Amino acid sequence: MFSFSALSALCNESLNKLNCLAASYKVYIFSNEEKRNLSLGGHVGFDSLPDQLVSKSVTQGFCFNILCVGETGIGKSTLMNTLFNTMFENEEASHYQNGVYLRPRTYDLQESNVHLKLTIVDTVGFGDQINKEDSYKPIVDYIDTQFENYLQEELKIKRSLFNYHDTRIHICLYFIAPTGHSLKSLDLVTMKKLDSKVNIIPIIAKADTISKSELHKFKIKIMSELVSNGVQIYQFPTDDEAVSEINASMNAHLPFAVVGSVEEVKVGNKTVRARQYPWGVVQVENESHCDFVKLREMLIRVNMEDLREQTHARHYELYRRCKLEEMGFKDTDPDSQPFSLQETYEAKRKEFLGDLQRKEEEMRQMFVNKVKETESELKEKERELHDKFEQLKRMHQEEKRKVEEKRRDLEEEMNAFNRKKVAAETLSLSQPLKKDKDKKK
Amino acid sequence: MTTNIRYKSRIPVKTEDSAEEKQYVGFATLPNQVHRKSVKKGFDFTLMVAGESGMGKSTLVNSLFLTDLYKDRKLLNAEERINQTVEIIKHTVDIEEKGVKLKLTIVDTPGFGDAVNNNECWKPITDYIDQQFEQYFRDESGLNRKNIQDNRVHCCLYFIPPFGHGLRPVDVEFMKALHEKVNIIPLIAKADCLTPNEIKKLKDRIREEIDKFGIKVYQFPECDSDEDEEFKQLDKELKECTPFAVIGSNTVVEARGQRVRGRLYPWGIVEVENQSHCDFVKLRNMLIRSHMHDLKDVTCDVHYENYRAQCIQEMTSKLAQDNRMESPIPILPLSTPDAETEKLIKMKDEELKRMQEMLNKMQQQMHDKD
Repeated sequence: MFSFSALSALCNESLNKLNCLAASYKVYIFSNEEKRNLSLGGHVGFDSLPDQLVSKSVTQGFCFNILCVGETGIGKSTLMNTLFNTMFENEEASHYQNGVYLRPRTYDLQESNVHLKLTIVDTVGFGDQINKEDSYKPIVDYIDTQFENYLQEELKIKRSLFNYHDTRIHICLYFIAPTGHSLKSLDLVTMKKLDSKVNIIPIIAKADTISKSELHKFKIKIMSELVSNGVQIYQFPTDDEAVSEINASMNAHLPFAVVGSVEEVKVGNKTVRARQYPWGVVQVENESHCDFVKLREMLIRVNMEDLREQTHARHYELYRRCKLEEMGFKDTDPDSQPFSLQETYEAKRKEFLGDLQRKEEEMRQMFVNKVKETESELKEKERELHDKFEQLKRMHQEEKRKVEEKRRDLEEEMNAFNRKKVAAETLSLSQPLKKDKDKKK
Repeated sequence: MTTNIRYKSRIPVKTEDSAEEKQYVGFATLPNQVHRKSVKKGFDFTLMVAGESGMGKSTLVNSLFLTDLYKDRKLLNAEERINQTVEIIKHTVDIEEKGVKLKLTIVDTPGFGDAVNNNECWKPITDYIDQQFEQYFRDESGLNRKNIQDNRVHCCLYFIPPFGHGLRPVDVEFMKALHEKVNIIPLIAKADCLTPNEIKKLKDRIREEIDKFGIKVYQFPECDSDEDEEFKQLDKELKECTPFAVIGSNTVVEARGQRVRGRLYPWGIVEVENQSHCDFVKLRNMLIRSHMHDLKDVTCDVHYENYRAQCIQEMTSKLAQDNRMESPIPILPLSTPDAETEKLIKMKDEELKRMQEMLNKMQQQMHDKD
């Protein structure tokens, strides 16, 4: 049974932390002369503080969000069913989605008296398209949206953080296909985009297709590729002595090679979850068959609380800082005096209004300019037309003059011709007279 | 069942009856003669393997032909594969068995489906197949046809990953681009990650999707009606088993007292040649022992002829447009030109005539002027 009551183990973690705090407090006392270390004369009872903390968190209930990234059919839903030992409702996804979309589902689980609100986010359609260049975008957007929602809640005036349903992704399980050679190019690209936003644990899915020797080589190859490309995966914490040893050894087994199954097979005189093949039975909880037990141990029984903390303290803080810096907030002003949020808000608001006014002015200016431009254009055109008209008029005048000239020329010619004609006639008239005269002679 | 049994010579037993002796002509020995000649000539076969990296293609080829074709292979890292293009690599080996020589060419397609953007990643493959067809076409239409090298791809084994729920878009697109150029045999790779139930479900799913998308994979020919029942039964089983779920192995392990090819797991040993473990034996029998020649025939008679007809049609329509007699290939008249081409040809003819007339007229004029 998935020992969910080991969630109280995470309460023990908080207990440990409180103890550490107490220890550091003692040191502080020594260095500061005003505070003294007193010894107690009897049993006061504040050693029950961790228990109070634990009981409070138990009543509150816990929240955990898992993101499963992997190609369709790689075994994400089956592994979730196997990890939490229940059947979450799931239909088989199709390979023909146009893009990647995320499907979050929230479940309420209970073990002993510990309540867990579990959200499993599935990536549907991942790895199916022919062009996978944009496949990582919906995933990154989803993670950012959850951070944004939390940030909005945090920045509210009237906020209720203790009641808030935290949907930030605490862990991303990246399912690697068991090709036996190396990571796929899509895996590398996607993990690089996700490593600064979420805790990634890479796992080798359907590991019952890889033999032991091949698995060893495969794991080494994967880890070396991740390291050489600067992908930061989640390291189990080794600073807490209670769990540092087991965490350190588990870190060496990454990525976990898992096999999932919800079917039960009889082996010997026990019924275990396993996969039955003609050549043997792969038992899910047998450590020499696969690393399922290691994954369950690490993910749920030992480090769940650390994952939540890392998400909040590291990934969320990074997001928040980037977001606020974008908006123009700083921690200290040029004089190194801490800014008050209110002043910053005022300043921002003024800036914003000023921006708005400026933009309005700009637009108005632009409009005026445009009008002037158009006006001048029109004037130019008018002038041109006018010029043309003048030109045409002149041409017309010119033509007219020429025509006039020609007419005068013609008239002159005609007159000249008429005169000649008359002259000729008179001449011809006088000629026959002459002839007559000659004749008469 | 081996091919030898099928092609047993059918010489009838000579009886003492002289009447029957007179009726025996003797051409029943033809199959024997064919057998002898073919053994002398040797065979060739070109096999293409396609599929994503890590599907076990090389291992399967090694298991099929019991040799090691991929001795010094360099596998790329994930970052190198982000923008990888598909390459075509040929390995040719000469193998011999019982006096029969086989020149085996394996065409490998590393890089298929490995990049992040796999748009048209099958284009280099279709180009390669077309190139081989073109080369054979030229050789066949040439003057000296004695030593034609047949590099046409006879069969393409396509490896479908077993991790999904059926065919993926890239599988569908690839098969649709190639199903009219080459015999495609889809295989389910790495079948040792599926239980028998899951295998059955996946096979049904894939068969359904192949029908749905109209992909024409290689169909086994119907067996003759005079074959024996055993053969017919085997043939039927074979057909119901497609696509074959295969497992390959480069290593020999000890199982049940014997040394067999297999994979050693902590929970058991998978034997490659065990029929209850996977369909490897069926694939091998089909590919090598019974249908190798049929694959070659279908390539020659169907795919190559389609290509040739298409090629010729394109060429003649181009010729009619260009009126250039450049191609060295003798053009045979098309037996059934389609109506459109005919119309085009007629139009172009008329245009030609008109231009010719104009030319003549102009020449005439020039002469007159002179």
